[in-house]
Amino acid sequence: MHWNSASEFFAMGGYAFYVWGSFGVTALIMAVEPIIVARRRKNLLSRLKRQITAENLAQRSEES
Amino acid sequence: MNNRLINWFKFASPATFYPLAGKMIPWFVALSVVFGAAGLYLGMFVAPTDFQQGEGYRIIFIHVPASWMSMFIYLVMAFWAALGLAFNTRLSGMMATALAPTGALMAFLSLWTGALWGKPMWGTWWVWDARLTSELILLFLYIGFIALQSAIDDPRRADKAGAVLALVGVVNIPIIYFSVKWWNTLHQGASVSLTKSPSMAATMLWAMLLVALCFWMYSIAVALGRARNIMLERERHTEWVRQLLAGKES
Repeated sequence: MHWNSASEFFAMGGYAFYVWGSFGVTALIMAVEPIIVARRRKNLLSRLKRQITAENLAQRSEES
Repeated sequence: MNNRLINWFKFASPATFYPLAGKMIPWFVALSVVFGAAGLYLGMFVAPTDFQQGEGYRIIFIHVPASWMSMFIYLVMAFWAALGLAFNTRLSGMMATALAPTGALMAFLSLWTGALWGKPMWGTWWVWDARLTSELILLFLYIGFIALQSAIDDPRRADKAGAVLALVGVVNIPIIYFSVKWWNTLHQGASVSLTKSPSMAATMLWAMLLVALCFWMYSIAVALGRARNIMLERERHTEWVRQLLAGKES
Protein backbone atom coordinates (compact mmCIF):
# COMPACT_ATOMS: atom_id res chain seq x y z
CA MET A 1 0.00 0.00 0.00
CA HIS A 2 1.32 3.35 -1.08
CA TRP A 3 -0.61 5.65 1.30
CA ASN A 4 -0.23 6.14 5.06
CA SER A 5 -3.72 7.48 5.71
CA ALA A 6 -7.04 8.12 4.00
CA SER A 7 -6.60 11.89 4.18
CA GLU A 8 -3.24 11.58 2.48
CA PHE A 9 -4.91 9.57 -0.27
CA PHE A 10 -7.61 12.18 -0.78
CA ALA A 11 -5.11 15.03 -0.72
CA MET A 12 -3.19 13.46 -3.65
CA GLY A 13 -0.02 15.30 -2.70
CA GLY A 14 -1.68 18.67 -3.31
CA TYR A 15 -3.16 17.68 -6.67
CA ALA A 16 -6.57 16.71 -5.22
CA PHE A 17 -8.56 19.17 -7.34
CA TYR A 18 -6.98 18.01 -10.60
CA VAL A 19 -6.91 14.28 -9.89
CA TRP A 20 -10.41 14.04 -8.38
CA GLY A 21 -11.76 16.48 -10.96
CA SER A 22 -10.62 14.06 -13.66
CA PHE A 23 -11.78 10.87 -11.96
CA GLY A 24 -15.05 12.41 -10.76
CA VAL A 25 -16.21 13.65 -14.14
CA THR A 26 -15.20 10.35 -15.76
CA ALA A 27 -17.16 8.37 -13.16
CA LEU A 28 -20.16 10.68 -13.59
CA ILE A 29 -20.21 10.27 -17.36
CA MET A 30 -19.77 6.51 -17.15
CA ALA A 31 -22.67 6.30 -14.70
CA VAL A 32 -25.03 8.63 -16.58
CA GLU A 33 -24.52 7.31 -20.12
CA PRO A 34 -25.80 3.77 -19.38
CA ILE A 35 -28.73 5.24 -17.42
CA ILE A 36 -29.72 7.33 -20.45
CA VAL A 37 -29.50 4.29 -22.75
CA ALA A 38 -31.54 2.13 -20.33
CA ARG A 39 -34.20 4.80 -19.85
CA ARG A 40 -34.52 5.24 -23.60
CA ARG A 41 -35.01 1.51 -23.96
CA LYS A 42 -37.74 1.51 -21.32
CA ASN A 43 -39.60 4.38 -22.97
CA LEU A 44 -39.23 2.82 -26.39
CA LEU A 45 -40.58 -0.56 -25.26
CA SER A 46 -43.63 0.90 -23.55
CA ARG A 47 -44.36 3.16 -26.54
CA LEU A 48 -44.10 0.32 -29.05
CA LYS A 49 -46.25 -1.95 -26.87
CA ARG A 50 -48.93 0.73 -26.62
CA GLN A 51 -48.87 1.17 -30.40
CA ILE A 52 -49.36 -2.54 -30.97
CA THR A 53 -52.19 -2.74 -28.41
CA ALA A 54 -53.90 0.22 -30.09
CA GLU A 55 -53.57 -1.40 -33.51
CA ASN A 56 -54.98 -4.70 -32.20
CA LEU A 57 -57.95 -2.90 -30.63
CA ALA A 58 -58.63 -1.04 -33.87
CA GLN A 59 -58.52 -4.32 -35.77
CA ARG A 60 -60.89 -6.01 -33.34
CA SER A 61 -63.46 -3.19 -33.50
CA GLU A 62 -63.31 -3.36 -37.29
CA GLU A 63 -64.06 -7.07 -37.22
CA SER A 64 -67.03 -6.81 -34.89
CA MET B 1 -17.33 -20.55 -48.97
CA ASN B 2 -20.85 -19.88 -50.12
CA ASN B 3 -22.19 -21.29 -46.90
CA ARG B 4 -20.01 -18.96 -44.87
CA LEU B 5 -21.25 -15.92 -46.74
CA ILE B 6 -24.84 -16.77 -45.99
CA ASN B 7 -24.07 -17.21 -42.32
CA TRP B 8 -22.41 -13.80 -42.14
CA PHE B 9 -25.40 -12.09 -43.63
CA LYS B 10 -27.71 -13.93 -41.28
CA PHE B 11 -25.60 -12.67 -38.39
CA ALA B 12 -25.84 -9.16 -39.81
CA SER B 13 -29.63 -9.15 -39.65
CA PRO B 14 -31.05 -7.21 -36.69
CA ALA B 15 -33.48 -10.03 -35.84
CA THR B 16 -30.50 -12.31 -35.09
CA PHE B 17 -28.21 -9.68 -33.69
CA TYR B 18 -30.69 -8.13 -31.26
CA PRO B 19 -31.00 -11.12 -28.87
CA LEU B 20 -27.30 -11.95 -29.27
CA ALA B 21 -26.31 -8.41 -28.22
CA GLY B 22 -28.70 -8.67 -25.28
CA LYS B 23 -26.94 -11.79 -24.07
CA MET B 24 -23.47 -10.28 -24.54
CA ILE B 25 -24.02 -7.00 -22.68
CA PRO B 26 -23.91 -8.41 -19.09
CA TRP B 27 -20.59 -10.12 -19.86
CA PHE B 28 -19.01 -6.93 -21.13
CA VAL B 29 -20.32 -5.04 -18.10
CA ALA B 30 -18.84 -7.67 -15.77
CA LEU B 31 -15.47 -7.60 -17.57
CA SER B 32 -15.46 -3.81 -17.46
CA VAL B 33 -16.02 -3.80 -13.69
CA VAL B 34 -13.30 -6.40 -13.08
CA PHE B 35 -10.72 -4.66 -15.28
CA GLY B 36 -11.67 -1.28 -13.84
CA ALA B 37 -11.34 -2.41 -10.23
CA ALA B 38 -7.98 -4.07 -10.89
CA GLY B 39 -6.64 -1.12 -12.89
CA LEU B 40 -7.72 1.51 -10.37
CA TYR B 41 -6.35 -0.53 -7.48
CA LEU B 42 -2.97 -0.78 -9.19
CA GLY B 43 -3.02 2.84 -10.33
CA MET B 44 -4.26 4.50 -7.16
CA PHE B 45 -2.86 2.27 -4.40
CA VAL B 46 0.13 0.35 -5.72
CA ALA B 47 1.80 2.62 -8.28
CA PRO B 48 4.43 4.85 -6.65
CA THR B 49 4.68 8.64 -6.79
CA ASP B 50 6.17 10.07 -9.97
CA PHE B 51 9.54 11.69 -9.27
CA GLN B 52 8.71 14.70 -11.47
CA GLN B 53 4.94 15.14 -11.30
CA GLY B 54 4.21 13.90 -7.78
CA GLU B 55 0.72 12.44 -7.38
CA GLY B 56 -0.69 14.58 -10.20
CA TYR B 57 0.50 12.10 -12.79
CA ARG B 58 -2.25 9.66 -11.71
CA ILE B 59 -4.57 11.44 -14.14
CA ILE B 60 -2.71 9.39 -16.75
CA PHE B 61 -4.72 6.30 -15.76
CA ILE B 62 -7.86 7.76 -17.29
CA HIS B 63 -6.43 10.34 -19.68
CA VAL B 64 -4.53 7.86 -21.86
CA PRO B 65 -7.27 5.15 -21.97
CA ALA B 66 -9.92 7.78 -22.80
CA SER B 67 -7.72 9.19 -25.57
CA TRP B 68 -7.03 5.75 -27.01
CA MET B 69 -10.72 4.88 -26.96
CA SER B 70 -11.72 8.16 -28.61
CA MET B 71 -9.46 7.33 -31.55
CA PHE B 72 -10.22 3.60 -31.64
CA ILE B 73 -14.00 4.09 -31.52
CA TYR B 74 -13.71 6.50 -34.43
CA LEU B 75 -11.86 3.87 -36.47
CA VAL B 76 -14.49 1.23 -35.66
CA MET B 77 -17.26 3.71 -36.49
CA ALA B 78 -15.63 4.51 -39.83
CA PHE B 79 -15.19 0.78 -40.51
CA TRP B 80 -18.92 0.15 -40.00
CA ALA B 81 -19.71 3.23 -42.08
CA ALA B 82 -17.56 1.94 -44.95
CA LEU B 83 -19.17 -1.49 -44.68
CA GLY B 84 -22.60 0.11 -44.83
CA LEU B 85 -21.68 2.13 -47.93
CA ALA B 86 -20.18 -0.89 -49.67
CA PHE B 87 -22.77 -3.57 -48.88
CA ASN B 88 -25.79 -1.51 -47.89
CA THR B 89 -26.39 -3.70 -44.83
CA ARG B 90 -28.86 -2.41 -42.27
CA LEU B 91 -26.80 -3.31 -39.24
CA SER B 92 -23.68 -1.35 -40.26
CA GLY B 93 -25.35 2.04 -40.14
CA MET B 94 -26.96 1.23 -36.80
CA MET B 95 -23.59 0.26 -35.30
CA ALA B 96 -21.93 3.46 -36.55
CA THR B 97 -24.76 5.55 -35.11
CA ALA B 98 -24.59 3.67 -31.81
CA LEU B 99 -20.85 4.25 -31.41
CA ALA B 100 -20.76 7.99 -32.06
CA PRO B 101 -22.05 9.31 -28.68
CA THR B 102 -19.69 7.07 -26.71
CA GLY B 103 -16.79 8.17 -28.90
CA ALA B 104 -17.73 11.80 -28.39
CA LEU B 105 -17.78 11.30 -24.61
CA MET B 106 -14.35 9.65 -24.72
CA ALA B 107 -12.96 12.57 -26.75
CA PHE B 108 -14.49 14.97 -24.25
CA LEU B 109 -12.98 13.05 -21.32
CA SER B 110 -9.60 13.07 -23.04
CA LEU B 111 -9.73 16.86 -23.37
CA TRP B 112 -11.18 17.37 -19.88
CA THR B 113 -8.61 15.25 -18.06
CA GLY B 114 -5.92 16.73 -20.30
CA ALA B 115 -6.90 20.25 -19.24
CA LEU B 116 -6.88 19.24 -15.56
CA TRP B 117 -3.46 17.72 -16.07
CA GLY B 118 -2.11 20.60 -18.11
CA LYS B 119 -2.99 23.27 -15.55
CA PRO B 120 -0.69 22.07 -12.75
CA MET B 121 2.06 20.70 -15.04
CA TRP B 122 2.24 23.24 -17.89
CA GLY B 123 0.55 26.13 -16.10
CA THR B 124 -2.29 26.35 -18.60
CA TRP B 125 -5.63 24.61 -19.20
CA TRP B 126 -5.29 24.75 -22.95
CA VAL B 127 -2.80 25.51 -25.70
CA TRP B 128 -3.42 25.46 -29.44
CA ASP B 129 -0.82 22.81 -30.03
CA ALA B 130 -1.05 20.04 -32.62
CA ARG B 131 -2.04 17.17 -30.30
CA LEU B 132 -4.69 19.12 -28.40
CA THR B 133 -6.15 20.83 -31.48
CA SER B 134 -6.44 17.61 -33.49
CA GLU B 135 -8.17 15.89 -30.53
CA LEU B 136 -10.60 18.83 -30.36
CA ILE B 137 -11.27 18.36 -34.08
CA LEU B 138 -12.04 14.70 -33.33
CA LEU B 139 -14.68 15.78 -30.80
CA PHE B 140 -16.15 18.13 -33.44
CA LEU B 141 -16.18 15.28 -35.98
CA TYR B 142 -18.20 13.13 -33.58
CA ILE B 143 -20.60 16.00 -32.87
CA GLY B 144 -20.86 16.75 -36.59
CA PHE B 145 -21.64 13.09 -37.33
CA ILE B 146 -24.39 13.00 -34.69
CA ALA B 147 -25.85 16.34 -35.80
CA LEU B 148 -25.80 15.42 -39.49
CA GLN B 149 -27.53 12.09 -38.86
CA SER B 150 -30.21 13.59 -36.66
CA ALA B 151 -30.88 16.32 -39.25
CA ILE B 152 -31.91 13.74 -41.89
CA ASP B 153 -35.26 12.05 -41.38
CA ASP B 154 -34.77 9.00 -43.60
CA PRO B 155 -32.48 6.66 -41.61
CA ARG B 156 -30.90 5.06 -44.71
CA ARG B 157 -29.97 8.47 -46.11
CA ALA B 158 -28.78 9.60 -42.69
CA ASP B 159 -26.54 6.52 -42.57
CA LYS B 160 -25.03 7.29 -45.97
CA ALA B 161 -24.41 10.97 -45.27
CA GLY B 162 -22.91 10.12 -41.88
CA ALA B 163 -20.75 7.40 -43.43
CA VAL B 164 -19.19 9.84 -45.90
CA LEU B 165 -18.44 12.30 -43.10
CA ALA B 166 -16.98 9.54 -40.91
CA LEU B 167 -14.73 8.31 -43.75
CA VAL B 168 -13.45 11.77 -44.63
CA GLY B 169 -12.73 12.39 -40.95
CA VAL B 170 -10.53 9.28 -40.67
CA VAL B 171 -7.62 11.39 -41.96
CA ASN B 172 -7.61 13.09 -38.54
CA ILE B 173 -6.74 9.90 -36.63
CA PRO B 174 -3.12 9.51 -37.86
CA ILE B 175 -2.72 13.26 -37.43
CA ILE B 176 -3.63 12.94 -33.73
CA TYR B 177 -1.49 9.88 -33.27
CA PHE B 178 1.66 11.19 -34.93
CA SER B 179 1.21 14.86 -33.97
CA VAL B 180 3.74 14.56 -31.15
CA LYS B 181 6.32 13.30 -33.65
CA TRP B 182 5.51 15.51 -36.62
CA TRP B 183 5.32 18.82 -34.77
CA ASN B 184 7.12 20.32 -31.85
CA THR B 185 4.37 20.25 -29.23
CA LEU B 186 3.98 20.90 -25.54
CA HIS B 187 2.33 17.51 -25.18
CA GLN B 188 4.71 14.79 -24.06
CA GLY B 189 5.59 11.90 -26.34
CA ALA B 190 5.08 8.28 -25.40
CA SER B 191 3.36 8.31 -22.00
CA VAL B 192 5.09 5.37 -20.42
CA SER B 193 8.40 4.04 -21.60
CA LEU B 194 9.66 0.62 -20.68
CA THR B 195 13.22 1.88 -20.48
CA LYS B 196 12.66 3.75 -17.20
CA SER B 197 13.14 1.97 -13.88
CA PRO B 198 11.43 -1.29 -14.81
CA SER B 199 9.29 -2.13 -11.74
CA MET B 200 7.71 1.31 -11.64
CA ALA B 201 7.08 1.51 -15.36
CA ALA B 202 5.58 -1.98 -15.28
CA THR B 203 3.06 -1.14 -12.51
CA MET B 204 2.03 2.05 -14.26
CA LEU B 205 1.78 0.37 -17.63
CA TRP B 206 -0.34 -2.46 -16.23
CA ALA B 207 -2.67 -0.06 -14.45
CA MET B 208 -3.09 1.93 -17.65
CA LEU B 209 -3.69 -1.15 -19.80
CA LEU B 210 -6.26 -2.53 -17.34
CA VAL B 211 -8.18 0.75 -17.26
CA ALA B 212 -7.98 0.84 -21.06
CA LEU B 213 -9.52 -2.66 -21.16
CA CYS B 214 -12.20 -1.46 -18.73
CA PHE B 215 -13.04 1.49 -21.02
CA TRP B 216 -13.03 -0.84 -23.99
CA MET B 217 -15.51 -3.27 -22.44
CA TYR B 218 -17.63 -0.35 -21.20
CA SER B 219 -17.76 1.14 -24.70
CA ILE B 220 -18.80 -2.18 -26.25
CA ALA B 221 -21.52 -2.71 -23.64
CA VAL B 222 -23.01 0.76 -23.92
CA ALA B 223 -22.75 0.82 -27.75
CA LEU B 224 -24.48 -2.57 -27.97
CA GLY B 225 -27.23 -1.28 -25.69
CA ARG B 226 -27.67 1.79 -27.86
CA ALA B 227 -27.61 -0.34 -31.04
CA ARG B 228 -30.43 -2.45 -29.60
CA ASN B 229 -32.50 0.69 -29.06
CA ILE B 230 -31.84 1.83 -32.62
CA MET B 231 -32.82 -1.60 -33.94
CA LEU B 232 -36.14 -1.54 -32.08
CA GLU B 233 -36.87 1.99 -33.21
CA ARG B 234 -36.03 1.47 -36.88
CA GLU B 235 -37.51 -2.02 -37.23
CA ARG B 236 -40.68 -1.39 -35.22
CA HIS B 237 -42.90 -2.33 -38.16
CA THR B 238 -41.22 -5.67 -38.82
CA GLU B 239 -42.47 -9.06 -37.74
CA TRP B 240 -39.58 -9.87 -35.39
CA VAL B 241 -40.10 -6.76 -33.27
CA ARG B 242 -43.81 -7.50 -33.05
CA GLN B 243 -43.14 -11.06 -31.96
CA LEU B 244 -40.59 -9.85 -29.45
CA LEU B 245 -42.99 -7.34 -27.92
CA ALA B 246 -45.85 -9.85 -27.91
CA GLY B 247 -43.60 -12.30 -26.06
CA LYS B 248 -42.64 -9.65 -23.50
CA GLU B 249 -46.26 -8.75 -22.84
CA SER B 250 -47.34 -12.14 -21.59
